[in-house]
Amino acid sequence: MIVLEKRAEPSRAWGAGGPILAVVLTMLAGGVMFAALGIDPVEAIRIIFWDPLFSERFAGYSRPQLLVKAGPLILIAIGLSMGFRAGIWNIGAEGQYIVGAICGAAFGLAFYPSENPLIFPGMVIAGVAGGVAWAMIPALLKVYARTNEILVSLLLVYVAEAMLASAATGWLRNPEGSGFPGSRNLARHPGTDNPELFAGTGMHWGVLAAFVAVIVAYVIMTRHLLGYQIRLAGQAPRAARFGGVNPARLVILCMGISGALAGAAGVFEVSGPAARISIDFNVGYGFTAIIVAFLGRLNPIGILLAGLLMALTFIGGELAQLMLGVPAPAIQAFQGMLLFFLLALDVLANYRVRIKRKVAA
Amino acid sequence: MTALLDIEGLTKAYPGVVANQDVSFRVQPGEVHALLGENGAGKSTLVKMIYGLVKPDRGTMRLNGAPYAPAEPRAARALGVAMVFQHFSLFEALNVAENIALGMENPPRARDLAARIAAVSETYGLPLDPFRMMGELSAGERQRVEIIRCLLQDPKLLIMDEPTSVLTPQEVEILFHTLRKLAAEGTAILYISHKLEEIRALCDTATILRLGQKVATCTPREVSAAHMAELMVGKSLSVPAREDHTPGAVLLAVSGLSVAAATPFGTTLRDLSFEVRAGEVLGIGGVAGNGQDEVLAVLSGETPTDPGAIMLQGAPVGALGPNARRGLGLLCAPEERLGHAAAPDMSLTENALLTGRLRQGLETGGFVDWAKTRGFAQDIIARFDVRTPGPWVAARALSGGNLQKFVIGREILQDPKVLVVNQPTWGVDASAAAAIRQALLDLAQGGAAVIVISQDLDELLEISDRFCALNDGRLSAPRPARGLGMEDVGLMLGGAHGMHEARV
Repeated sequence: MIVLEKRAEPSRAWGAGGPILAVVLTMLAGGVMFAALGIDPVEAIRIIFWDPLFSERFAGYSRPQLLVKAGPLILIAIGLSMGFRAGIWNIGAEGQYIVGAICGAAFGLAFYPSENPLIFPGMVIAGVAGGVAWAMIPALLKVYARTNEILVSLLLVYVAEAMLASAATGWLRNPEGSGFPGSRNLARHPGTDNPELFAGTGMHWGVLAAFVAVIVAYVIMTRHLLGYQIRLAGQAPRAARFGGVNPARLVILCMGISGALAGAAGVFEVSGPAARISIDFNVGYGFTAIIVAFLGRLNPIGILLAGLLMALTFIGGELAQLMLGVPAPAIQAFQGMLLFFLLALDVLANYRVRIKRKVAA
Repeated sequence: MTALLDIEGLTKAYPGVVANQDVSFRVQPGEVHALLGENGAGKSTLVKMIYGLVKPDRGTMRLNGAPYAPAEPRAARALGVAMVFQHFSLFEALNVAENIALGMENPPRARDLAARIAAVSETYGLPLDPFRMMGELSAGERQRVEIIRCLLQDPKLLIMDEPTSVLTPQEVEILFHTLRKLAAEGTAILYISHKLEEIRALCDTATILRLGQKVATCTPREVSAAHMAELMVGKSLSVPAREDHTPGAVLLAVSGLSVAAATPFGTTLRDLSFEVRAGEVLGIGGVAGNGQDEVLAVLSGETPTDPGAIMLQGAPVGALGPNARRGLGLLCAPEERLGHAAAPDMSLTENALLTGRLRQGLETGGFVDWAKTRGFAQDIIARFDVRTPGPWVAARALSGGNLQKFVIGREILQDPKVLVVNQPTWGVDASAAAAIRQALLDLAQGGAAVIVISQDLDELLEISDRFCALNDGRLSAPRPARGLGMEDVGLMLGGAHGMHEARV
C-alpha cells in the first residue's frame, strides 16, 4: 500500500527541482503522444519550447508575443494570489478584466479625438476603478450578506460579458465603422494607445505593470504586515482573529487588489494588443490566470515563471499546429500534461511517499 | 489462582517511536488495576492491543489461562473484554436505548432492551432514562451510556480510558461506587489515568509506565502520590511555590456581562461578574463546554461586548479588538494551541509575531522587523525551555507540551498586566506542567493579575488565590481557594445534572 505522509516542513529540494522534472516528464509523455500521432516528437517539442524564442524564422514574431501574452496573465494572477492566500476565492477576474477594459476604453473614447497625454493615465485609473467596483460586488455581499464570493464573482463574469456585447455593438461602437461591431481602434490613436515601449520586445505598459506587481507583491508577502495577515488568515482563520486581523477588512482589501489588477490588465490589453473593444477581445486571461496563480504556488516569483511558461506553450502550441499540423486537441492535451505533472510533483514537496506492507490479519 | 489477564513481554513499535517495550503485568479477577503514566507513556497503545485495535509486534497475552490474541474489538468483546473510551461514539439525535442497540451484535426488542437498561442502571447505581435523547445528556450521563453498553455484555474485564476527565467530583463519586460494586462481583477493571489521588482512592494495584516501559508495580494505597508521580516522571517534581502576599488594586473588572452564543453549539454567557487584583490568581473551573472558550473570546477581544462590561484599570475595553487590548496590557492564551493560539504551518518566528507585534515593537511603518521577531522567538524558546531545533521550525512540528510552553511564554514575556489562560497544562507532561504553573505564579508575584481557566481542579486549587466555577455560562461567586475541599468545589460546579445516585 502506498501512503502519503505529510512532511513536517515542505522540502526545498522538491520545491525547486519539481517544476524542472515536470517539464522533462511532459516532454517524454508528450513525445510518446506525438509519436503515436505520427509526428516527429523531437521536432514537435523543439517547435513548442525552442522555436518561439530562438528560431530565426519565427522568433522575430513570436518572441515579443511571449511578453504580450504573459503580461496580463501575470498581472491578474498576482492580484488573485493574494486573495487565494487569504482564503478569499475571486474566480471572476475575467469579469473584472472586462469591466476594467470597458471603463478605460470609455474614458479614452469620451475625449476622442483629443491627443492629450493625460488621457492614457486617466484610462488606466478608470480601468482600475472599474475592476475594483466590479470586485466590490462579491466582496460587500460576502461581508454584509454572507454570500459565497466564488459564485457571485463567477456569475458576474457573464453579466460583464453581456455588458461587453452591448458596448461593442451599441454605445461604444465605432461611428465610422460602417456598422460593424467594435469600438474605434485605441491602439492606433495617439493619446489612447498603449505602445510597445522597446521595439521588438513586446514590452508595453501592461507588461511593465506586471513586473512591478511581482516585485511589490513579493515585498508585501514577505516583509509587510499585510502579507503576514493574509497568510495567517488563509492558514488559520481563528488564529488570525485572535491576532487582531479583521476578516471583513481583509476580504474587501484582497478583492479590491485583485479587481484593480484585473481591471488594469483589461485597459492595457484593449489599448494595446487587442486594440479595441470587441465582442470577444477577452480571450479568457482572467480564467487562465487562476491556473497561473496556482501553478506559481501563489508565490510572486513562481507566478512570473508560470505566466511565462504558460505563454510559451500557447505560442509554441500555435506554432506546432501551423508547422506540423498537430491537431489542436493534441496541443491542449500536451498543455494539460504539463499542468498535471507540475501539480503532481508539487505534492511531493509537502508529502513523502512511503510504501507500507499490509500486515496480514 | 490463574490471573484473568496475563500479559507477557508485549512490544509495539511505530515508525520512529517505540510505544511499548517488553511490558508484562497481570490483572486478577475482581481487581481494580491502574495503568499510570504521563501523556505518551504508552498507556493507550497497551490497552488498544488488549482490546484488539492494535496488533502487538511481540509478546503474548493470556485470558483466563488461554492464549488471547484478538484480531478485532468484536473478538475481544466476545471473550468478555469491554472498553469505555475517553471520547464517546454516540448519536445525539437518537435516544439512549437506540444508541445502545446500535452497538450490539443482536439487539433485543426495544422494550426488552429498555427494561434491561433500567435494571442494570438500578443495580449499579447509574441513573439513566433509556428514552432520553442523547443530545440532552451531560458528559457524565453520556459516559454512563457507554458504561451500561459495556455492562450489558457482562464483561470479565472492563477497560476505562481516563474516565473522570469529563466528570464533576460528585459524578466521579458515583462512578467509583459503580466500579467498586463491579469489582466486588468479580469483574476486573483496568483503569487508565494520570490522576494520582483517584488511583489511590480506587485501585488495588498500579502498573506504572514510562516511555513505553513498565517501571514499577505498586499498591497505591500504601505509597504516597508524590512517590507515584516520581515513578511516573522519573524525577522528583517541584510543587509550585509562592510566597504569601496581599492582593493589590483591581486590574480587571467584569460586570453584568451577557453574550449570546455565536453558534448553535456555543454557550450563552449569562450575567458574568468578577474582578481580579494585582498579584492575584483567579481560577475558573468547570466541565468542558460550559462557556470556557466564550469567556476567553470575550476577554481577548475576539467577541466584542458593551464597552463598560469589561474595565481594565478603570478604562472601558469591552468594545476594543484583540490588539487594542494587548496594547493596554490584557493578554490571553487560548486553549486550542494549533489553529487558535498558533498557526500550525507557520514557523515559531511567525507565531511570535502573532501576538507580540505591538508590545515587542516588531513592526515599523507596516513592515515586519523579522530579525527582531526571530530574537523574540529565540528568547521565548530559551526562557521557557521549548525543545525545538530553532525558531524556523513550524508550530505543528512541536509536541503539545513544547508548543504550550511557547504559547504561554510568548504572553508572559510581554509583561502583561492581566493574563488570561485557558487550559494552560492540557495535554502537557507533568514536568512541563509544573514549569508552566510556576511561571504563572511568578507572573502574579510580579504584580500581574492572572486568570486561569481550567478543567483540572487539582491544578486550580494548587495555584489559585480565589476560585469560581463556570456552569452553563454562569459564574459562581469567587471563594478563597485555600481550604476549599473537593466537595465544595463540586457543589460550585453545580453538577445539577443527576448527580445523585438512583434510589432503588
